[in-house]
Amino acid sequence: MASSYDTLKVVGTRPIRPDGVDKVIGRAAFGADMVMPGMLWGKVKRSPHAHARIKSINADKALKLPGVKAVVTAADFPSIPSEEAFVGEGPMNFRDLSRNCMAQDKALYDGHAVAAVAATSSAIAEEALDLIEVEYEVLPHVIDVEAAMADDAPLLHDDLFTQGVEPKPTRPSNIAKKIGFNKGDIAAGFKEAEVVIERRYTTQPVHQGYIEPHACVVSVATDGQCTIFSSSQGQFMVRAYCAKLLGTDIANIRAIPSEIGGGFGGKTLVYLEPLALALSKKAGRPVKMVMNREEVFRGTGPTSGGVIEVKLGAKRDGHIVAAQLVLKYQAGAFPGSPVGPGCMCGFAMYDLPNVSITGYDVVSNRPKVAAYRAPGAPISSFGVESCLDELARELRIDPLKLRELNAAKDGTKTAHGPTFVNVGYVQTLEAAKNHPHMQQKLGPNQGRGIASGFWFNIGGESSAGCFINEDGTATIVEGCPDIGGSRAGMAMMAAEVLGIPYDRVRPVVGDTASVGFNFLTGGSRVTFATGMAVTQAAEKVVVELKRRAAMIWDISPDAVEWKDGMAVPAGANAGNFDPLSLADIALKAGRTGGPISAEVSINAQGAGPGFATHICDVEVDPETGRVKILRYTAVQDVGRAIHPAYVEGQIQGGVAQGIGWALNEEYIYDRNGRLDNPGFLDYRIPVASDMPMLETVMVEVPNPRHPFGAKGVGEVPIVPPMAAVANAIADAVGTRMRDLPMSPPKLRAALDEQNPPRMAAE
Amino acid sequence: MSKHHVTTTINGEPMEYLCEAQQTMLDVLRDELGLTGSKEGCSSGDCGACTIIVDGNITCSCLMLGVEAEGRKIETIEGIAQGDRLHPVQQKFLEHAALQCGFCTPGFIVAAKALLDTTLNPTEEEARYWLAGNLCRCTGYDKIIRAVLDAAAVMRAEAGR
Repeated sequence: MASSYDTLKVVGTRPIRPDGVDKVIGRAAFGADMVMPGMLWGKVKRSPHAHARIKSINADKALKLPGVKAVVTAADFPSIPSEEAFVGEGPMNFRDLSRNCMAQDKALYDGHAVAAVAATSSAIAEEALDLIEVEYEVLPHVIDVEAAMADDAPLLHDDLFTQGVEPKPTRPSNIAKKIGFNKGDIAAGFKEAEVVIERRYTTQPVHQGYIEPHACVVSVATDGQCTIFSSSQGQFMVRAYCAKLLGTDIANIRAIPSEIGGGFGGKTLVYLEPLALALSKKAGRPVKMVMNREEVFRGTGPTSGGVIEVKLGAKRDGHIVAAQLVLKYQAGAFPGSPVGPGCMCGFAMYDLPNVSITGYDVVSNRPKVAAYRAPGAPISSFGVESCLDELARELRIDPLKLRELNAAKDGTKTAHGPTFVNVGYVQTLEAAKNHPHMQQKLGPNQGRGIASGFWFNIGGESSAGCFINEDGTATIVEGCPDIGGSRAGMAMMAAEVLGIPYDRVRPVVGDTASVGFNFLTGGSRVTFATGMAVTQAAEKVVVELKRRAAMIWDISPDAVEWKDGMAVPAGANAGNFDPLSLADIALKAGRTGGPISAEVSINAQGAGPGFATHICDVEVDPETGRVKILRYTAVQDVGRAIHPAYVEGQIQGGVAQGIGWALNEEYIYDRNGRLDNPGFLDYRIPVASDMPMLETVMVEVPNPRHPFGAKGVGEVPIVPPMAAVANAIADAVGTRMRDLPMSPPKLRAALDEQNPPRMAAE
Repeated sequence: MSKHHVTTTINGEPMEYLCEAQQTMLDVLRDELGLTGSKEGCSSGDCGACTIIVDGNITCSCLMLGVEAEGRKIETIEGIAQGDRLHPVQQKFLEHAALQCGFCTPGFIVAAKALLDTTLNPTEEEARYWLAGNLCRCTGYDKIIRAVLDAAAVMRAEAGR
């Protein structure tokens, strides 16, 4: 409970992260920075077609090229039955993942891997790719989500029948699944409503855009022992997927996490590692594989684009009495879009009596989507939070007030089932309302928008060890790749419990053979769940330290207290002894029973829900349609910030990604289904000159289930920005943008439609 | 294919290497010289993760050939700190938590160092435009800009002494 650490010395401060120096001097080892002796370079041959049957693959010419050591295709991987995997973040099926890593029978999207080669140099491997002959039968393709849902759409999978409809369909479809959530009586709700508005919104797929491309170095020994050094959001995830895809035992794989150069959900599954392992096995040498940026765009991620249909019914006083949502999400080439969380998050901020939510998971000839920061929620929330703004204007009620009127609170039953506890939503609205930002005057073509967001946050399985060293320092070993400063948080929580300075604790992210199982870095879980494991390990160490002190003093362990990093007698009755510091006890450990350490494995429950409310000011240039973000304030319930600077960083990063999603980012396909913009020049993520300073307000509604009150913070910040920006544009120029991205040409066209330009002759 | 012999200066030290004609400076740094601090994020000059300083000018090392280093003076992230003394930009990146994943950080630090070699009085806007060739996906740039402006203040104070 939070109350057991009511005077905090370390938690809540802003120390320098333990891995910081290595990262500012260029010494930190990321995925592509590792080499192994004798290693080969692997490259992937990718389909140039959106949809094509692979009639044959002939690698003879490639294998004759001097320096080429191995070529692998789908034939080199075991055939895997359909089986749901609970390894990564979001739904995945082992068979689909195997086929996504290496196309079997059909290439399903532009960029789909069809073969891989290993050679003695990167240049030779590249040359060999052109010598691998693939004969394709090009098939009709489908890119758009609603086109893919049509009865006569080209089918990606002959064996895909829509789940969740009765009776069971007899014909295959691109609609993998239909899901629904209902609460109350939606028809009665709309009947009761005095104002009803119904709108349709769309979003485009956006890539996670981590700056580090996927990379790995692997080695398979002749006895089948595998070592994988790779950049991922979870070494245990890499191990589990690779074991399955290669058909080997988990114990045969040791996965070592490199530093990770960004992931945002996009590195919660594997692409290269299984191919590198197969090549290494075949060639008998270590293999290194690194994607280039084009491959990252064509072959990995992104998140879904979607269609969001929202219908809201309200009383004139602003109470919403009926809310209906229909979501159609692109899954990419295999089922498994985040439409489920999209459905659950859309209305989660609100206490609504009558709700109907329907979601469709739809495959099309695009790369299989991967998790991206609050997967699914930003898409549905763009629609819902935009529509709420439209409703507020219709009702002539302040948009913030409309949210307050309908806000979810502790005890609100959600449409998807659970009843909320530990909700900090109203507090974010209150803080937003009272923020000076709301009072700032706006000029011509300037506008202000607000929007809110929800994300579940998760806990899950984590293991950690706390090892006391001979000199009284401590080593923490945990198993979640540090993607944004989490090592600092781990060391801080351990230091707080042990009562020693932060810089006496060294945290390490261990490989799969150095620490018990850890679910991956995702779901905003690490500070919460792994932090809990670290805290409990440190607490077990403290119990042991007290026992050792009791032994030294020859008193009962119950008569020893741990205070400020020292054992002290619990009171006058306990005896009169000088305090023993952690270092004193550590020095004598050999004589009091041996090394002092503890390992803890937990399945953390009770992650607090994440709520945020954002305020965005924009200025629209009516000549060009360009939108400038003038000021941005993000208010979020963070539970309690362990390292506030990294919490702010999560919020700011989520906002920036959301602004990119809102204004610029999109996948553009040509008529042949080929990606037109697979590079950072044409897929434009925000740069420093696009952004203002990003103000953060951390509301702290502590989570009673975490020892220091922490809630996940990493994902919810990306949920509100798209609607916040759209609402601000509507406020600035009266133009409602319902299709993302709100790029200059689109906004310019919308402005022209609103105020037709005068002809020169007039 | 015969290799080219290149004589150059990297981080103040004379350096010789052999490279192939098509190898980029980034390939040479990372694969031939073991200087892996410069990162490859795009290989098209869009992300800035491979930023180095060539004769005082910031350059994307992925857009420069290894043979072009002949007779030049090259600075990379590995040469920004003086021994165990961090450059103020590096120190301020740490203090401001201006890195999350840290992958773009070397490029930003090299580019920011070059900015502060040019002026110790950059405005926020100047810093934002100077660094617009470096992509960061984690931070939203807020803390990076603060770190750079704070480093400038430290260096101004040091210069005034």
